[in-house]
Amino acid sequence: MSMNQSSSAIEVTDLTVAYQEKPVLWDIDMNVPPGVLMAIVGPNGAGKTTLIKAILGLVRSASGQMLIYGKPYRQQRRIVSYVPQRGSVDWDFPTTVKDVVMMGRYGALGWLRRPGQQEKKLASEAMEKVGILNLADRQISQLSGGQQQRVFLARALTQDAQVYLMDEPFQGVDATTERAIVLLLQQFREEGKTVVVVHHDLQTVSDYFDWVTLLNVRRIASGPVNTIFNESNLRQTYGGRIGFLKTEQEMSNPQVLPEPTL
Amino acid sequence: MQIFLHLFSDYTLRTVAIGTAILGIVSGALGSYAVLRKQSLVGDAISHAALPGICLAFLITDSKTPLVMIVGASLAGWLGILVVTAIVRNTRIKEDAALGIILAVFFGVGIVLLTLIQKIPNANQAGLDKFLFGQAAALLERDIKTMGIISIMVISLTFLFWKEFKLLCFDPTFGASLGFPMKILDILLMTLIVIAIVIGLQAVGVVLMSAMVVAPASAARQWTNRLAIMVCLAALFGAIAGVTGAIISSTTAKIPTGPMIVVCASVIFLFSLAFAPNRGLIWQSLLKKTKFKPEINEVDPK
Amino acid sequence: MSPQIEILLVAIIVSIACALPGVFLILRRMALMSDAISHSVLLGIVVGFFIIGQVDSPILLIFAAGTGVATVSLVELLHRTQLVKEDAAIGIVFPALFSIGVILVTRYANNVHLDQDVVLLGEIALAPFDRVTILGLSLPRGLVVMTLILVTNLSCIVIFYKELKISTFDAGLATALGFSPVFIHYGLMSLVSITAVGAFHAVGAVLVVALMIVPPATAYLLTNRLSIMLAISSLVGTISAIMGYFVAAKMDASVAGSMASMTGICFLLTFLIAPKRGILAIIYRRFRQKWEFSQTLLLIHLVNHEGKENEAEECNVNRINQHLSWNQTFTQNVILYAEKKGSIQIEEQILRLTNRGREIADQAFAR
Repeated sequence: MSMNQSSSAIEVTDLTVAYQEKPVLWDIDMNVPPGVLMAIVGPNGAGKTTLIKAILGLVRSASGQMLIYGKPYRQQRRIVSYVPQRGSVDWDFPTTVKDVVMMGRYGALGWLRRPGQQEKKLASEAMEKVGILNLADRQISQLSGGQQQRVFLARALTQDAQVYLMDEPFQGVDATTERAIVLLLQQFREEGKTVVVVHHDLQTVSDYFDWVTLLNVRRIASGPVNTIFNESNLRQTYGGRIGFLKTEQEMSNPQVLPEPTL
Repeated sequence: MQIFLHLFSDYTLRTVAIGTAILGIVSGALGSYAVLRKQSLVGDAISHAALPGICLAFLITDSKTPLVMIVGASLAGWLGILVVTAIVRNTRIKEDAALGIILAVFFGVGIVLLTLIQKIPNANQAGLDKFLFGQAAALLERDIKTMGIISIMVISLTFLFWKEFKLLCFDPTFGASLGFPMKILDILLMTLIVIAIVIGLQAVGVVLMSAMVVAPASAARQWTNRLAIMVCLAALFGAIAGVTGAIISSTTAKIPTGPMIVVCASVIFLFSLAFAPNRGLIWQSLLKKTKFKPEINEVDPK
Repeated sequence: MSPQIEILLVAIIVSIACALPGVFLILRRMALMSDAISHSVLLGIVVGFFIIGQVDSPILLIFAAGTGVATVSLVELLHRTQLVKEDAAIGIVFPALFSIGVILVTRYANNVHLDQDVVLLGEIALAPFDRVTILGLSLPRGLVVMTLILVTNLSCIVIFYKELKISTFDAGLATALGFSPVFIHYGLMSLVSITAVGAFHAVGAVLVVALMIVPPATAYLLTNRLSIMLAISSLVGTISAIMGYFVAAKMDASVAGSMASMTGICFLLTFLIAPKRGILAIIYRRFRQKWEFSQTLLLIHLVNHEGKENEAEECNVNRINQHLSWNQTFTQNVILYAEKKGSIQIEEQILRLTNRGREIADQAFAR
């Protein structure tokens, strides 16, 4: 497996993460081929966010390695973009939408250099793409939940990455924003980019994604949605709490979504 | 009016004004970061924790030069922060209690040292108790020089790492994902905040210095939604409060400097809370009548 | 009674009176409210004195305590505007009130029988000089006042023990059972305020905080039970008072400062050597857990690859460290540890689970 590293966009092998010797993730193996949209699904406390953070080197791992196109993250920062949970920041911070979006360029700018015309242009393009250009100069506390999420997506867009890691981008957004995000994800896929999304709406997994990892401290299964996303794997992931399984039949019968018009 | 004429003619008064202006600028500017990171009360712990540092620095060096005092106070302040971190990280005691422990115990140790120092038969010890409530009138030209040089360094660093500090305060996890060493930036910013606090101790005192970190910054926040403007305004408010308070205190009998400066800063805060456009309470109550709600624009991409 | 014993008694009673309500402040995560209240009561004392004109009126005590409660309300009011975060609200309100108090004290020091030093250091050493006669007994006023406050605190805690306990640990349940959390909250804040006013004269504004927070925090490291926590807090307070007094007497230093320092030493010692929650216990536990944890990690790795086509590679004794990204020595030590515990055995360079090992891995998953 390790012989053929670069065939994976993200390769996680034998990853264990523990907080003060309390395991959060046990010996996770996960391969994400390039160009797929993948959901990470599992109950609360399953370690979904931790998995993403471990890939980004934001939490210390007790074992294992994480590779992006065959190299450790620190060598691949420029091609990876991270979208944290919307609730992880203080939206009352005194700054504007444009300012936050430009933060996506800070990594490329490096130390001490300030954003200039080039960065402003990239930020404007990104804001236009997610439909918030008209909000550019607005203070971020005056945004709705959906608008906040779009700000984060625009920030990620300015990074012009190959691999996107998103933590619950659909959490608490309105239907219009949800559709907008789905369209954006599909556009990423068409451009051959790889997207990993922490997701917890089981109903929409098979509509939005083509790859899925089921996680509950251990990796239960990982692979194409149509082979992996089935009752027995979900039962294993969620344990006794299987109330949702009734609706599983309906999952194969997806809600109609507008075709992407990109 | 006469007071301000004195400012230009009276040498002592000018020194006092410059000194308190410097401390106001630095504590206002750096205080903005403390307030935005919800560390307002950390300043309280740091300033109280500085007292034993000042006393020990004096006991060790037998000198009261500002640099010695600032170094001693900073080290003790930092030690306080480290202990708070150690308590919070390793026990179930929450941050507020940990801050309270450090604040009160360090201050208690400082008081013990202070009473011991006052018993030393040495004229040099006089005036160390001025660090409790501050005494702007005691500021000398050499104090101003030291304060000025350190302030310029602190402000330049803030300016130099502007982008990085903004990232640290707004979204540190994202910053870390970009490859910035957030822990080092955190330590750097914390050090600058510690220096901003200890630099004003001589004029404002350990008991009340924390207010100079919180009040001007909180006042500035009401007037603007931009970080840059907030930091500048907070510096301005800090300077106004510092100079006004120090001059009132120096020209009137029996008015301690620190409390007077804090009262000035609080008045500025109250005024901002009431009258600032957009966020101010009066503005808001006017808006409520017209049922203002932020317009929500939901537009599809492309 | 000799003056020394009287001072010592005042010190002990102040410490216990402060430690009792402090327990609830710690548990309710409102530790810094004691800081805010103890500072702002100064303004209440001074203004109350201007209005009432006496030092020894009990109305003064109530008036000053009212200032403490008003401070809490003011902080909440400010926080509720959503223009200021709670920590900043505390950090603005009490320095402002305290500053006004200090300015008044300094300007009218002769009239209010207070000065800057008393505000910060207290005057516990002077306690024997201010006396009242009760039932023919001449007692220090501070001793009488603080005893009354201690009795008030104790009886309030005994009477409302159940209510305080439930509302502290489960505010939702308290409301459901019909105890008003607001009533309990303000009741507690009143107790803290009265205590702060009483203790203020003895130890000054800042060091009240030490007596209220540090002994309960120390107790919190030693027990899970509220009643025991109250007892340990009082004990720590008493010990700090006694040691503080004697150290201060020996060194001729401030009694209040010395008492605060002693609470710090009690806390530090507990923080280091407390069973279970002390630093040394934690370090020892982490060291032991590290090997247990690493063994489990290894076993789970073996479970995951058992019977798979890449087992020979993934579970190879010499190459397993590469898969886990462990260094070689550490890996060897973990393998030795696991072998000693009988959870693995090595067959032809491949690590295999024993039944014991499989059990350990299953237990880890079950958690």
